[in-house]
Amino acid sequence: MSRLVKFLKAPWHFMLRLRRDPNARFWFLISLATAGYVLFIVAMLVATAVHSTPGDLLSALQSREIQHSIYLSLLTCSLTALLSLLTAVPIGYLLARRKFFGKALVESILDIPIVLPPMVIGLCLLILFQTRMGGFVDSVIPFTYTVFGVVLAQFVIGVAFAIRTMRGTFDQLSQRPEDVAMTLGCSRGGALWRVTLPAAGKGMVAAASVAWARSLGEFGPVLVFAGATRMKTEVLPTTVWLELSVGNLEGAIGVSLLMVFFAMIVLVAMRMAGERW
Amino acid sequence: MIKLENVSWKVDQFALAGVNCSIPEGKYAVLMGATGCGKTTVLEIICGLRQPDGGTVLVADVDVTRMLPGERQIGYVPQDGALFPTMTVAEQIGFGLQVRREGKERIVEVVSRLAEDLGVAHLLERTIHGLSGGERQRVALGRALAIEPRVLLLDEPISALDEDMRDDMMALLKRVQVKHAITVLHVTHSSQEAEQLADCVLRMEDGSIINRELQG
Repeated sequence: MSRLVKFLKAPWHFMLRLRRDPNARFWFLISLATAGYVLFIVAMLVATAVHSTPGDLLSALQSREIQHSIYLSLLTCSLTALLSLLTAVPIGYLLARRKFFGKALVESILDIPIVLPPMVIGLCLLILFQTRMGGFVDSVIPFTYTVFGVVLAQFVIGVAFAIRTMRGTFDQLSQRPEDVAMTLGCSRGGALWRVTLPAAGKGMVAAASVAWARSLGEFGPVLVFAGATRMKTEVLPTTVWLELSVGNLEGAIGVSLLMVFFAMIVLVAMRMAGERW
Repeated sequence: MIKLENVSWKVDQFALAGVNCSIPEGKYAVLMGATGCGKTTVLEIICGLRQPDGGTVLVADVDVTRMLPGERQIGYVPQDGALFPTMTVAEQIGFGLQVRREGKERIVEVVSRLAEDLGVAHLLERTIHGLSGGERQRVALGRALAIEPRVLLLDEPISALDEDMRDDMMALLKRVQVKHAITVLHVTHSSQEAEQLADCVLRMEDGSIINRELQG
């Protein structure tokens, strides 16, 4: 009984505390703003999830085109994440460890894909491959309107985020242990490989994950540079757009929820990796 | 023996000009000077982590100026120990031998002997997280000694330790130097450390080593 009374009185006590304690008011207002934004995100996802029945969504996902797009998205995003990591590790290491002439300019150039409108990146890629050099590369490995093009379009943006992550990781790892490893017989590369990279494991998982997640949602550059040919260069964001444009809302929602699911997996994987290292 | 002849080094506003000094074989030298006067830079030049603009570095009568850090056979213990973040204590101590592709049995033998000597045998399987300042320094010292260096460079190995651990560490450093009959260059700004440990004291001022006192 007394617990029930206590429970009923709790809001009253809370209001009293808010009136008397300015510190509590401050944290209450901040918490209110946070709760509002969190609710907004959850509301978007829940509204999308409950818009159609699970049966409708499952049957939409059984379409051959959509299944191919799921397969292609998973394949290209994984390739992009791997390539982004391989590129981001040396660049992030250079930026974290060395001062050199023009470093600020190089850093700005590396950030261009982050600030440029994605559609423009696709257009720039398309035009690059119209030049003589681009044409030659295209004749050896066909990029325009192919799966390789999907990977390249995703890579341009994914790698920019991976570089930022790796640079931050190497910034936080002291150079001193590498120096000691060199006095013990390692080359600079050996010290990086044996001492710093094992310590950068969490950062590498984060860099690959962020590249993977960015690539999964990349639409503009893929559409412009690789096209939206069904069963060929169609990835999940393209599917959402194609399904919406033919009025198949169930298909678009089903694919969107699938992308939300993949994004959640990446989030959880990153958290788990963070705890492991 | 460690000998610097006219060593100079400059970056931005900071410069070392014509540094000369000589530390006799098997002596314990203490290099003193104000914070930021270039003591650590001198150590880094000796162990090869920085290339001097001019001058010569001799270790045991061998000109090592152009040698890679790993070829100089120098044990280096930086200020905070700079232990490897993901390795166990045993892996840290055996690291130099592993890089040199020594056999497993020899690595195990050296690691356990050094760990016993330095009082860290009970920590061998632990990672570095949770080690005290003194334990970290002992592990870093073991890691440097494992390659049987010709000289040992210590960058303020005691300054970060608690008051009551300092005497222990000083006694340990002196014991290690005598046991391994090794030339030591120990950087500090504590005159107490210099008094207790030094066979010779070097003072650094205005980018050069200007005074040298031999004790005993």
